Amino acid sequence: MSHLDAAFSALADPTRRAILARLAQGEATVIELAEPFEVTQPAISQHLRVLEEAGLIARRVDGTKRPRRLVKAGLDAMDQWLAIFRKALERNYDRLDDVLASMEPDKGGETR
Amino acid sequence: MSKMTLKTEGDTHIVVTRRFAAPPEALYRAHTEPELIQKWLLGPEGWTMPVCISDARPGGKIRYEWTSGKGGGFHLTGEYLELEPYGRIVHVERMHLPDPTPDNQVETRFDPDGAGTLMTMRMTLPDAQTRAAMLASGMEHGMEASYVRLEGMI
Repeated sequence: MSHLDAAFSALADPTRRAILARLAQGEATVIELAEPFEVTQPAISQHLRVLEEAGLIARRVDGTKRPRRLVKAGLDAMDQWLAIFRKALERNYDRLDDVLASMEPDKGGETR
Repeated sequence: MSKMTLKTEGDTHIVVTRRFAAPPEALYRAHTEPELIQKWLLGPEGWTMPVCISDARPGGKIRYEWTSGKGGGFHLTGEYLELEPYGRIVHVERMHLPDPTPDNQVETRFDPDGAGTLMTMRMTLPDAQTRAAMLASGMEHGMEASYVRLEGMI
């Protein structure tokens, strides 16, 4: 789970979330990614490194440029993990439905 | 269509909503009375809660102990902060895995919704990193077991 852990930690930072949102629209260079933020380019590069190590983005070589893009597999893994988390909660609440029904036998009267 | 929603809010919150057919009073009791809590707050299939302490008054202690029945287990401790029968509960909780996780403050509301109830559970974590770690590791230990089971189903 260490990779997923890194992915969720990477998303804990608002600048990194904004970078991912920008990349969701398509590939972008470091300069383009740094533009909307009031931080230095090295700071952006550091954020990009964290995202890359978490498996959420990848780079491509294009002459002197290194445009970044989203890695779908990394995001899919996070979605899947959240789905499992959801499922455990849903299982609890499905059980709670049964508990509530048994507390009020006069209500509804439907059987499962 | 799932009845439950789960979403993050701001940097430190997780909000879960769920509709139930029963009235708020039943929901409130099922969240505060030990013998009822033990029937549903179990996480993955096969887990049980042999120990459930729920002293439902401001400052009252909470202690839930879960076991997988196969040697696995962990516990949660907490305290009640505010109780407004039958509409609202505020408590703080932490998991012991075995080191305690940072405190999670939870506000649970039960609002009448037609003949039933809309439950809104709002968790507040101390910071964004903690929330990230919580979502990454899963709130319930033993969820890896359900992960494996789910993988088997796909």
